Amino acid sequence: MIGALIQGMGVTLRTMFRKPLTVQYPEHKRPVAERFRGRHELKRYENGLERCIGCSLCSAACPADAILVVPAENSDEQRFSPGERFAEVYEINMMRCIFCGFCEEACPTDAIVLEHEYELAAYDRRETIYTKDMLLVPPGASGDDTPQDTRGRDVPFRMGGMDYFSVPIVARIGAAPGTAPVPAAPSEPDTAPEAQAPSL
Amino acid sequence: MTIGTDILRPDQILTPDQVARGMTGDAGVVTTTVEKAVNWARSNAVWPALFGLACCAIEMMHTQASRQDLSRFGMEVMRASPRQSDMIIVAGRLSRKMAPVIRRIYDQMPEPKWVISMGDCASCGGVFNNYALVQGVDEIIPVDVYVPGCPPRPEALIQGILKLHEKIQAEKLDGWRDRAPQDDRA
Repeated sequence: MIGALIQGMGVTLRTMFRKPLTVQYPEHKRPVAERFRGRHELKRYENGLERCIGCSLCSAACPADAILVVPAENSDEQRFSPGERFAEVYEINMMRCIFCGFCEEACPTDAIVLEHEYELAAYDRRETIYTKDMLLVPPGASGDDTPQDTRGRDVPFRMGGMDYFSVPIVARIGAAPGTAPVPAAPSEPDTAPEAQAPSL
Repeated sequence: MTIGTDILRPDQILTPDQVARGMTGDAGVVTTTVEKAVNWARSNAVWPALFGLACCAIEMMHTQASRQDLSRFGMEVMRASPRQSDMIIVAGRLSRKMAPVIRRIYDQMPEPKWVISMGDCASCGGVFNNYALVQGVDEIIPVDVYVPGCPPRPEALIQGILKLHEKIQAEKLDGWRDRAPQDDRA
């Protein structure tokens, strides 16, 4: 009996010298896994234009109906994204969202990405509806904020492995050669045409 | 200062901030101090009642376990009895059949009491937008902190708990009855 007691207390003694397992959370944050899906972000191209083109495919793919997209038409004076349309309203209800990543998979322009932020607690239900200005990342060092005035310059962008141009193709090549103003070479394309195609 | 006509109004001795927080009377200094002490004590010993309903309960257990260790915040005991708990963590989807139960448990808890709605389903129904589930436990009981996530990481729950601590520390001593209509049958 004494032997069993000593054996049992030996286990207790051993754990006393073990390194504590506890993570001191608010001070020390454990890094999340690389593929962790947390709060969404709406990305931009390098020239500052928004990637989101307001196609609502994320909203359609969402199993919880957490995403609201209201598209609007772009113009050269007020350009938010390359292409015809942009998301005028983009809202995600974080309380409905189950962070499945289907929106990320559905997005043709890789505009929406689930990042690593997970501290989303709120005092009010309304606080958990994230609007476009909360989701959209700030423009990078090489880009301007939207809307941009793109009159007189071409806005090439790359989507699904194909090159698109903000100036309609008819206006570019429809006129007789030599008379149509040929736009300058792509000033700041997001990816070079020979670069790898975005994975879809 | 005589008690009577020339008694000072609260806004003459309290800062606007204190008036906004509902502090009244001449004993403003005393009540703020007592309030601070009481809120400090309350926020450092919030015993949670466990109310695990679904997969969020697994993360709630994880939060309680040694790696996250809720006892760092004075919450080491999850009470299975509502009579001994200060706060209830609703973890998981709440079905309409379960709704009277949670209301009864909430009514049986002694005041002051707080509610954390953990996860999407408890907060608003989440992905289950159907007739069988309550679309948010705040239809049934007043919720103080919502923790989104499906399920939230233990850290996310702890962040919600810390938010609740902040809320407790800014609370008034009275006014508990005004928060939600009470059920006298409990």
